[in-house]
Amino acid sequence: MLMLEKRPNPSRGWTIATPLLAVLLTMLFGGILFAALGKNPFETIRSIFFDPLFSEFAFYYRPQLLIKGAPLVLIAIGLSFGFRAGVWNIGAEGQYIMGALFGAGVGLAFYPMESWIVFPLMVIAGAVGGTLWAMIPGVLKVKFGTNEILVSLMLVYVAEQLLASMALGAMRNPEGMGFPGSRNLAQYPSAANLEIISGSGMHWGVVAAFIAVIFAYITLSRHIFGFQVRLSGLSPRAAAFAGVNPARLVLVCLGISGALAGLAGMFEVAGPAGQVSIDFNVGYGFTAIIVAFLGRLHPVGILLAGGLMALTYIGGEIAQSNLGLPGAAIQLLQGMLLFFLLAVDVLTNYRIRLRIMEQT
Amino acid sequence: MVASLGMPALAQDKTKVGFVFVGPVGDGGWTYEHNQGRLALEAEFGDAVETVFVESVPEGPDAERVMTQMALGGADLIFTTSFGYMDQTMNIAAKFPDVKFEHATGFKRADNVSTYSARFYEGRAVQGHIAGSMTKSNIVGYIGSFPIPEVIRGINSAYLHAKKVNPDVEFKIVWAYTWFDPAKEAEAATVLIEQGADVILQHTDSTAPQAAAQAAGNVITFGQASDMAEFGPTPRVSSIIDNWAPYYIARTKAVMDGTWTSTDTWDGIGAGMVGIGEITDAVPAEVKASAEALRDQIAAGDYHPFIGPINKQDGSAWLADGETADDGTLAGMNFYVEGIVGDIPQ
Repeated sequence: MLMLEKRPNPSRGWTIATPLLAVLLTMLFGGILFAALGKNPFETIRSIFFDPLFSEFAFYYRPQLLIKGAPLVLIAIGLSFGFRAGVWNIGAEGQYIMGALFGAGVGLAFYPMESWIVFPLMVIAGAVGGTLWAMIPGVLKVKFGTNEILVSLMLVYVAEQLLASMALGAMRNPEGMGFPGSRNLAQYPSAANLEIISGSGMHWGVVAAFIAVIFAYITLSRHIFGFQVRLSGLSPRAAAFAGVNPARLVLVCLGISGALAGLAGMFEVAGPAGQVSIDFNVGYGFTAIIVAFLGRLHPVGILLAGGLMALTYIGGEIAQSNLGLPGAAIQLLQGMLLFFLLAVDVLTNYRIRLRIMEQT
Repeated sequence: MVASLGMPALAQDKTKVGFVFVGPVGDGGWTYEHNQGRLALEAEFGDAVETVFVESVPEGPDAERVMTQMALGGADLIFTTSFGYMDQTMNIAAKFPDVKFEHATGFKRADNVSTYSARFYEGRAVQGHIAGSMTKSNIVGYIGSFPIPEVIRGINSAYLHAKKVNPDVEFKIVWAYTWFDPAKEAEAATVLIEQGADVILQHTDSTAPQAAAQAAGNVITFGQASDMAEFGPTPRVSSIIDNWAPYYIARTKAVMDGTWTSTDTWDGIGAGMVGIGEITDAVPAEVKASAEALRDQIAAGDYHPFIGPINKQDGSAWLADGETADDGTLAGMNFYVEGIVGDIPQ
């Protein structure tokens, strides 16, 4: 019979192989699902995973991958610090909104002045906005021992209400004929987060995401703080003996994830989205949680996972529009990806043994 | 010579029509009816058209990508069916001058961008009339989606006509900040019912409020965007039905004939773009008769739902006796009429 035997150490080989296996399994079962829906499974899988990269119109889709992937990677990198240390920030979506509001607020306050200083100030404001919002669950946890999962999640809904209020009130475009939504920052040169090279998709948020990956890699592997983060996740008691201040660790982890989520929101509102609108947020903060785990909380893994997630979004739209696939099937596919990843994870920590029962 | 050689090739080309939907096609309301229009288009032209659609597209950068994808994929005409797609439609239309765009409920146009909407407020007048006549608690609950002119117009129209038949009527308005979210809509309906509302009007797209009313009992509702007849004869006593099929067929025909131009269409009950779903027997016969009379008057153009005297909420005069609202004011309506309690969220 088959037996699971715990490995003394997680297998290095499987750590790398399981995400690939999960993708293959998703393709396989996704294909079966699409076939059941009456679509050609090979064509559908090709549309989702290959067309954005290699089709006739890839010149358009490749930059879109960067635009869609950058906020996911940026937020997920921030979350990975906390997740490694056992600090569960589920409210990145709220911090993303606050970063956008702070950033856009600064930009709109300067309108229509043209100066090089506007954009850098917006970047700082975005990071500050996200950090402040993340500090609420942080301080409450440190001072009163509240649960950061609940507080940060609930604050998402508060941030959404604030966003609506801003889009309808304080930040509403005075020339918008009474319709909700702010001025379009993408049309205000000093505040616009435009592509650095036209047509490349490379806006400042993408640059920030790459920098965050490098920064996180170095911090986690070479810096004492990275060691403290990893130690706290593995064994809080050992961490305490090693002199880790748990309160400070909570605040720093939430601060980093808040700042990066805030930056992602700010780059989005000043660029691809352009304006503060009631439904500005589309769930990047929540999807980033999946990206963080898909990438094994490792910076390079997160980069690849963010790219893969962006691929399923964009490929999913292609499959919808070209093959008439229902939108829910794409969400199912994304869910499958996470499911298989968690399921095959067992191979990393356990060995499968075939054993013959001995008769007595 | 060249032209005559080119013609047959063109004629063989299918006209490709794209649709960008804000909700799922199975929402049973707004997107469902747009999709019905799409299916009618296919039925009308058969092999001469090919339609494509993407559902549940968020109103942001994702919408731009979906439109671009359709344009790159060879679409000749693209319908973007939610207010929030306005700037995105304008951006992409500028990049693809040969593709025609039609944006629903917006106000920005270009040489290749038309706008179209329906005068839902005409239907709201009939709804308000029935609501005002039927309520026993004199409290009418209203589930608003977003506080945009489209929705505020509906609230005002319904309120004015409820008030006309029932001076004691009071509107309680809840903002859901979504077009489609069954959980939120059901919650809003439940809250309103708990506050004493026995009529629920909705400007959101799912059937969840209907189900909530059914569970509560003794509460009536109206189908929104789609007939929602499966909830009749109560709670659903009537409905506003969007009928986009004739418009979609006419505009596609115009693209085929090469006669398409940028226009602004705003049709109501008279043109058939807004339909009033069957009024069920749960409504007393005399109320049903007067509601149908109101509908017919509006359809014939004999009556305008916004006819003076009407004051704004703050008591200032808006329309003088006998004066009717102009389309410009209606299109940008950002105030409540006198008598409605509460503020438009700011």
